[in-house]
Amino acid sequence: MKVNEATVRHVARLARIKVSAEEAKNLERELSGILDWVEQLGEVDTSQVEPMTRMAGMALPRRDDEVSDGGYADAIVKNAPASEDHFFMVPKVVE
Amino acid sequence: MTIETRPENLIEGATGPWEIVIGLEVHAQVTSKSKLFSGASTEFGGEPNNHVSLVDAAMPGMLPVINQECIAQAIRTGLGLKAQINLFSVFDRKNYFYPDLPQGYQISQYKFPVVGEGKVIIDMKDGYTFEVGIERLHLEQDAGKSLHDQHPDYSFVDLNRSGVALMEIVSKPDLRSSDEAKAYITKLRTILRYLGTCDGNMEQGSMRADVNVSVRKPGDDLGTRCEIKNVNSIRFIGQAIDYEARRQIGVLEDGGKIDQDTLLFDPKTGKTRSMRSKEEAHDYRYFPDPDLLPLEFDQDYVDELASALPELPDEKRARFISEFGLSPYDAGVLVSDKENAEYFEAAAKGRDAKMVANWVMGDLFAALNRLSKSITESPVTAQHLGEMVGMIADGAISGRIAKDVFEIMVETGEAPGKIVEERGLKTITDTGAIEKVIDEIIAANPKQVEQVKAKPKTLGWFVGQVMKATGGKADPGAVNAMLRERLDVTE
Amino acid sequence: MSELTSLTIADARDRLRKKEITASELTDAHISAIEAANEALQAYVLITADKAREQSKAADTRLAKGKGLPLDGVPLGIKDLYCTKDVRTTACSNILDGFTPAYESTVSQNLWNAGAVMLGKLNMDEFAMGSSNESTCFSPCVNPWRKKGSTKALVPGGSSGGSASAVSARIAMGATASDTGGSIRQPAAFTGTVGLKPTYGRCSRWGLVAFASSLDQAGPITRTVRDAAIMLTQMASHDPKDSTSSNAKVPDFEKALTGKVKGLKIGIPKEYHVDGMSPEIEALWQQGIEYYRAAGAEIVDISLPHTKYALPAYYIIAPAEASSNLARYDGVRYGLRKPGKDLIDTYEETRSAGFGAEVKRRVLIGTYVLSAGYYDAYYLKAQKVRTLIRRDFDEAFKAVDVVLTPATPTPAFGIGEASGDPVEMYLNDVFTVTVNMAGLPGLSVPAGFSKDGLPLGLQLIGRPFDEETVLRAGQVIEDACGPAPMPAEWWLAEGAAAKPAKSAKPSAKSAASKSKSSAAKPKKQKKSSR
Repeated sequence: MKVNEATVRHVARLARIKVSAEEAKNLERELSGILDWVEQLGEVDTSQVEPMTRMAGMALPRRDDEVSDGGYADAIVKNAPASEDHFFMVPKVVE
Repeated sequence: MTIETRPENLIEGATGPWEIVIGLEVHAQVTSKSKLFSGASTEFGGEPNNHVSLVDAAMPGMLPVINQECIAQAIRTGLGLKAQINLFSVFDRKNYFYPDLPQGYQISQYKFPVVGEGKVIIDMKDGYTFEVGIERLHLEQDAGKSLHDQHPDYSFVDLNRSGVALMEIVSKPDLRSSDEAKAYITKLRTILRYLGTCDGNMEQGSMRADVNVSVRKPGDDLGTRCEIKNVNSIRFIGQAIDYEARRQIGVLEDGGKIDQDTLLFDPKTGKTRSMRSKEEAHDYRYFPDPDLLPLEFDQDYVDELASALPELPDEKRARFISEFGLSPYDAGVLVSDKENAEYFEAAAKGRDAKMVANWVMGDLFAALNRLSKSITESPVTAQHLGEMVGMIADGAISGRIAKDVFEIMVETGEAPGKIVEERGLKTITDTGAIEKVIDEIIAANPKQVEQVKAKPKTLGWFVGQVMKATGGKADPGAVNAMLRERLDVTE
Repeated sequence: MSELTSLTIADARDRLRKKEITASELTDAHISAIEAANEALQAYVLITADKAREQSKAADTRLAKGKGLPLDGVPLGIKDLYCTKDVRTTACSNILDGFTPAYESTVSQNLWNAGAVMLGKLNMDEFAMGSSNESTCFSPCVNPWRKKGSTKALVPGGSSGGSASAVSARIAMGATASDTGGSIRQPAAFTGTVGLKPTYGRCSRWGLVAFASSLDQAGPITRTVRDAAIMLTQMASHDPKDSTSSNAKVPDFEKALTGKVKGLKIGIPKEYHVDGMSPEIEALWQQGIEYYRAAGAEIVDISLPHTKYALPAYYIIAPAEASSNLARYDGVRYGLRKPGKDLIDTYEETRSAGFGAEVKRRVLIGTYVLSAGYYDAYYLKAQKVRTLIRRDFDEAFKAVDVVLTPATPTPAFGIGEASGDPVEMYLNDVFTVTVNMAGLPGLSVPAGFSKDGLPLGLQLIGRPFDEETVLRAGQVIEDACGPAPMPAEWWLAEGAAAKPAKSAKPSAKSAASKSKSSAAKPKKQKKSSR
């Protein structure tokens, strides 16, 4: 078993997904299965290999510094579950 | 580089002296019209969520495209910090959940920042100079703003700042007192303002600092540090450091230990306290943002930006010393603010620069303070001040008269020549007129005339009388000489 | 099936230009076909009849003036992964419940600019994660094809199951789809349709709900190779809003269909003979090789040594990127919110209720492989393996022009038939995923039938931005065995009878969604009247 229930809970917490006790059990099995399966990558010698970061021959495009967007607060909040005066509303945050 | 902590920077505890070790992570808002990865405005304030694009609100399927001016600004800043510019850097995603972080990650630079190691030289008031190492500078997105006081049960989220470009400038732990820390951020702000890469406006949050503080016995290894988040004024940075250092020393001297922690500084109480909300967001799961390619540019591009860089405070200071013969201290004071330096240089053109410096740092600063005006709003223009100093130099007015003239300039903003002319304050150079006054005074004061023969020191009394009678407009030197001759006082 | 719905895009285009038919007729024929079939097939999760009629009228006006656009009046289905302005877009996830974008994806906008007509939004696996379309928040989409003499509902494949099912069933003339690990090519193979996954960067990702940014690519599902070429020509563009969009020139892909393959070098990779591959797939592949020999192409045996590592590497990279891409679904700005006792609890309740099992699984795997200490061992390692996979192809393409492989290891399977083991389901992508890892163009073409009458496909893989050769080569297979015929229209006879078990609740949901779309109409009018 690669992952135990504690790991599942920790990861679920990081991902902000609530998991029931039963889900946690299944996930423990499934995640372990997937991780065991990807273990085979260990067979590949990548010591001299660069990671692939892009398709060949592409460079990062850059925009000019112009104000070309924004100014439509209605559209920004129109799908919000809760909003007031163009603010999004979330359960109170304690800092 | 090991830093020799100056004795005055050690804190005396119950168990002997302690050393504070401080490092700053300064978040400086890049001066640009639009955001780092979207075309929305960076303008401060504005209606909630109005300076927000679909990208800034992290709508499904939205993608970042980088603003090239922000890249240029980061490189300029790196050059200003005498730092290594990296021709290859990478944007990573820093993953954590927070309502003002719409994407659920911040686009930042982790393993490969655009700027590497650099340094800042700092001159302290009491004359000593030290160097602070810069660890790195990287570009990242600012977050939105959560307002917690609008509603009993809800926080309100405004994304206007979300996606604005920040430079995170990380210092090495080279600072040893709150004064050094304050001097460092002050100097850093001066450099950024000279470069025009950040307006340094802390009230509007254009500059904030995360302050890392630890304490140790001199010579010991580094202690466990605590990070005070988001301190937004130079004064608070000082207070936060002093409080936090004392707190840590207290804990350690009571036999406790410091746990690494993220703190908030409360200006009302002047205390730091542990931050609840970010408690377990420490596993940021950085990885290269697959929506962006690596950031690459060539040395020619860097050189091009370097050649267009303005004169920076250190160079200006050196030039003021060599070119104008100012004292290092005076030069330092003048360059610490770009506008002051520019004013001085304009006024000093072709004048006695030392005298100009004294007037700027003395009467002018005092007057501006009184009027609570900035130097750019000064009623006395640099040109007028220069003219006035010129008039003193060629004896057109005496230093005493100059004080009056200056006050009138402050009130009226008029040119010194005009003031002197209209109010007849010009020095009397017509010897005949002075002769006449001297005759009258000698005639009117036989007793003193007797006295001066015995006691030549009393000549000064005559000088005073003549100056009084001429309303200070006579040249004291000339008066003195003429009196000696008339009263044949030799020694 | 009406004669109109059986037309290919190419035929329809020509007959519209000749004014033999009108766009409105064509659209109405499709809408009635959808109404007759969708209850059984669940291909559409939202039908936009009004928008379709609006667009087809406009097309007719242009055509009447003889000013027809390239796709004027062609009725298409749009995968629900594409954000469509003022039309509900959910990626078939509850977490995007009722989300109505204020913007249109670049690729769909390109199609509307070319005169195409939108019939509705197509079913898919939630967030494009799946190979069977069973992990949709609506009813699972059903394959129009059935085994000989069986009434058992089969999966159309995934994630673009709705696109494949609709095109196969003649309820869309063509459809947009997306392919991250095989999501265009595998369902195309399962439904007897043509699926084209273009080179990474060929089509803009702007407005496409993101799954795995470095792998996602938009593409068409059609009934013929020519139609795929026609659609790609309009879908592709350089988009300044997408930093990974290529500025390679977009040719008229239809012009590439010269039929000339004499001397073309076809690579046959030995590593694609995987264990567990059904003998009929093996036979199909041999048959394909024969087609090319017959056409005068040259067959070259090649090796792609790192093939077996593509799938495990993919199942690190895709979930890792997904775990981050899906972090924005937090119930703050749009979509579902399930209130909890505090903020964090609200996040956890919302994401737990909003994501389905497969999405949760992948988000958690992705979170795990990126979490402290594991980055180098998993993500970085996988990206290095990816470089090796790309190198394998670069080497191969020095010797050959295209690579020929099977599209899938098996024909379509039954709904609910797959074992619960995720890894087994992942193996569906074994032949397709290498193409995404290397960012290459891949085409799935119908090449025959299994012994019990299910469609099978072969895959062609090409050099970066050489979709032209891939399409030209693909047509050899199509010419040899002809486009897959129309599946028997059992749904007309059985109507609603053949609904999969799970459908009761969610199909009510998709019905609700239709009413939502009509509820959205006044808003639309307000906008246009501005």
